[in-house]
Amino acid sequence: MPKNLPKTDVVIVGMGAAGGAAALPLTNAGLKVIGIEAGGWLSPRDFAPDELRNGARNWPQVVQKAASEAPTVRPTSDQKAVQGGHPMMNAVGGTTMHYWAQSWRLNPWDFAVVSATRARYGSDRIPTDSTVEDWPFGYEELEPYYEKVEYSVGISGQAGNVKGRINNGGNIFEGERQNEYPMRPLRASPFTDLMSEAAQRLDWNPFQGPAAITSELYDGRPPCQYHGFCNKGGCHVQAKSSTAFTTIPKAVDSGNLDVVTYARVTNVVTGNDGKVQGVDYVRGNETFFQPADVVLLASYAYENVRLLQLSKSRAFPNGLSNNAGQVGKHYLSHHQGSPVIALFPRDLHNWYGLPAQGVAIDNWADDNFDHSALDFIGGANLWAHTDRKPMSAAKMSTFGRVRNWGSEWKKFIMENADRSNVSYIQKTTLPYEGNYLDLDPTVKDPMGLPVTRITARYRDNELRIAEFSQDKMEEWYREAGAIEIQRTGLGNAMGATTHAYGGTRMGNNSETNVVDSWGFSHEAPNLGILGASVMGTSGARNPTLTVQALSWRTAEYLANNWRSVAS
Amino acid sequence: MARKNPNKNNEMPTADQPVDPSRRNLLKSAGIVGAAAMGTGTATNVIAQESQQVSSPITREALEVLTAEEADTLEAICDCLIPSDENGPGAYEARAVHYIDRALASHNKGVRENYMVSLEAINEYSKKTRGAPFYRLIKDYQNSILLGVQSNKVPGCAPSGSGFFNTVRSHTIDGTFCDPYYGGNQNFVGWDMIQYPGIRLSASETDVAQGAALEPNHQSAYDHDTYTKMAGNMAMNQRGGSDNA
Repeated sequence: MPKNLPKTDVVIVGMGAAGGAAALPLTNAGLKVIGIEAGGWLSPRDFAPDELRNGARNWPQVVQKAASEAPTVRPTSDQKAVQGGHPMMNAVGGTTMHYWAQSWRLNPWDFAVVSATRARYGSDRIPTDSTVEDWPFGYEELEPYYEKVEYSVGISGQAGNVKGRINNGGNIFEGERQNEYPMRPLRASPFTDLMSEAAQRLDWNPFQGPAAITSELYDGRPPCQYHGFCNKGGCHVQAKSSTAFTTIPKAVDSGNLDVVTYARVTNVVTGNDGKVQGVDYVRGNETFFQPADVVLLASYAYENVRLLQLSKSRAFPNGLSNNAGQVGKHYLSHHQGSPVIALFPRDLHNWYGLPAQGVAIDNWADDNFDHSALDFIGGANLWAHTDRKPMSAAKMSTFGRVRNWGSEWKKFIMENADRSNVSYIQKTTLPYEGNYLDLDPTVKDPMGLPVTRITARYRDNELRIAEFSQDKMEEWYREAGAIEIQRTGLGNAMGATTHAYGGTRMGNNSETNVVDSWGFSHEAPNLGILGASVMGTSGARNPTLTVQALSWRTAEYLANNWRSVAS
Repeated sequence: MARKNPNKNNEMPTADQPVDPSRRNLLKSAGIVGAAAMGTGTATNVIAQESQQVSSPITREALEVLTAEEADTLEAICDCLIPSDENGPGAYEARAVHYIDRALASHNKGVRENYMVSLEAINEYSKKTRGAPFYRLIKDYQNSILLGVQSNKVPGCAPSGSGFFNTVRSHTIDGTFCDPYYGGNQNFVGWDMIQYPGIRLSASETDVAQGAALEPNHQSAYDHDTYTKMAGNMAMNQRGGSDNA
């Protein structure tokens, strides 16, 4: 029998990007919160600039909970699913510890894909097998929460549209915002300058992208040191605005947040009345029951869905909040792959710098360009960034110029190690019939619980965007002086990725969505869900800031409506 | 192009196989420090140094996992992949094999058996086709056999010829360009090879503008006290909160 713990107001499952952001407005409102986290506390001392340990050996996520329950993947339901890796890590702060920290708002179009596409091009332009819906609200509803997170967490960037005033230094396509970013953008690099100038010659609109990284002293944290070990490593000076160094310590200091580390939640307990009562978790060799008035799931998309599917009860025999059969549906993983690789005829000076220190092009994203003569909707954000380390530099593409080993190869990398660049292209991805998450019938985690099974593949719309955006990226590189271009494949199966969406989609229609427009379950009213699992569209940009804005909004709603939600 | 007549073999006879004059031992006596300092690892230089009786032997290197013959074979493979040549030192001076041996004892132990099986298969193939184990063949023969491994023409490799080739190539690069803490990239020969200016905890705009012209600082991450166990007594009260339920 699990050991019963004293009841709390709110239990949050996962102290990462989402749970870590939600904790602050809740504790500020005086609610007692217990945050249950599968990982532990990390400090700047844990983030040595070590490419082998962090980049190649995947420290620290290889030994963690997420790794032990990596999803299995198959493109279609008639194939066998194979277990791969899991890209997320467990720690207080979650993947905000070692992510790239690009911190975008979605563009207004991403909230209204269906209605905006119908209005401009007619309804036959939505792919027939897509299950995409408009969000239950528009960009304007989320705008104040974006701002709260940008200021609370600490985001650097250049606004492109403040109260309708367009600034060409920022993203001219972004939705109208009420205020500037709290910090100027990260500095440009010789390479981003090269790319910006090329984009301007093409009549595109380049700008330094937004990042959850300090560009100046902010909230007691020093500015970024640009040393170049940001990707898959945490920040050695706390310049990366992880929730572990921003919202979570503040919530702890309020006296209202207790974080339980190294704890794995295995079940959300539900009463016969259909309300949740708390969670069971395992810590070491012990099992606990943590009762709470409200449960917020804030683990990663795969784990949110899995925990619901594992939590079967009399009220929910097919998994919690799944009586409408929508848990696991509308899954999509962001089409981030299929980059273009370029070789330049001179050194790019990219040995120092970070993936978030980049220049973006939004001209070919969302509906920022006319699709009348095209055979897809949506588009891609093009990202050229500064990031290079020696092992990965030596593993660079040889562009077919030499065999990939021996004296000729050695000569090649001696000359070219600092001359290549790999683009990052983020593309609109839609949800489809036949793309879903369920429990794998055979593969289990070390505790004997089934892992998530991903059944999903990209469709024509995604592949057409990929080809179109590769053309644009190649054009951009060539204009900047690239002498060789290499394209990679367009993609097929939607594997486990850092940008996973859906599975507990948000919407007013309880027949096609799991949570309502505030993030609470249509079926279990005191269960809230935080994270990209509630998002129905991906946009052409990184999800974290949107996840955090949504989490903040759900938390504020809960604090402001405590009696009606908790009772 | 017409195929070569297999009967008109223009290769060296196998009976009295020319072998590399134990290049490993030459390099050993020359000493990696000396070779690296010269900025070159050519055979001529090595021989010249040997004749001057340079004495700075390889620092202590246990074989934690590999057998002596496996290590010799792997050493020869690494030297084909990233050769010591007229353009400077390579995997040998970086001690990529030492790195791989340590990695096979720890992080990469899952592929230890692939090394065991494949290295033996490569030696068997060398003996069969050239009359001597791989590590005793001249470089030209070694290169052609390794190309055979890469293109799946050498039987018995695990998980396959190309699979093993990709593993060993990747590990050789890791061992040549990783942080020297892990036993490879000794004397920073890998980082110097590609003009990586070294680990810095902060890079200014001026540093970046100078790019590759920046003076290499030859620092390991673990030359910085912050990341060593010695830092345990440093005041790092950053985290707040409690670990306990």
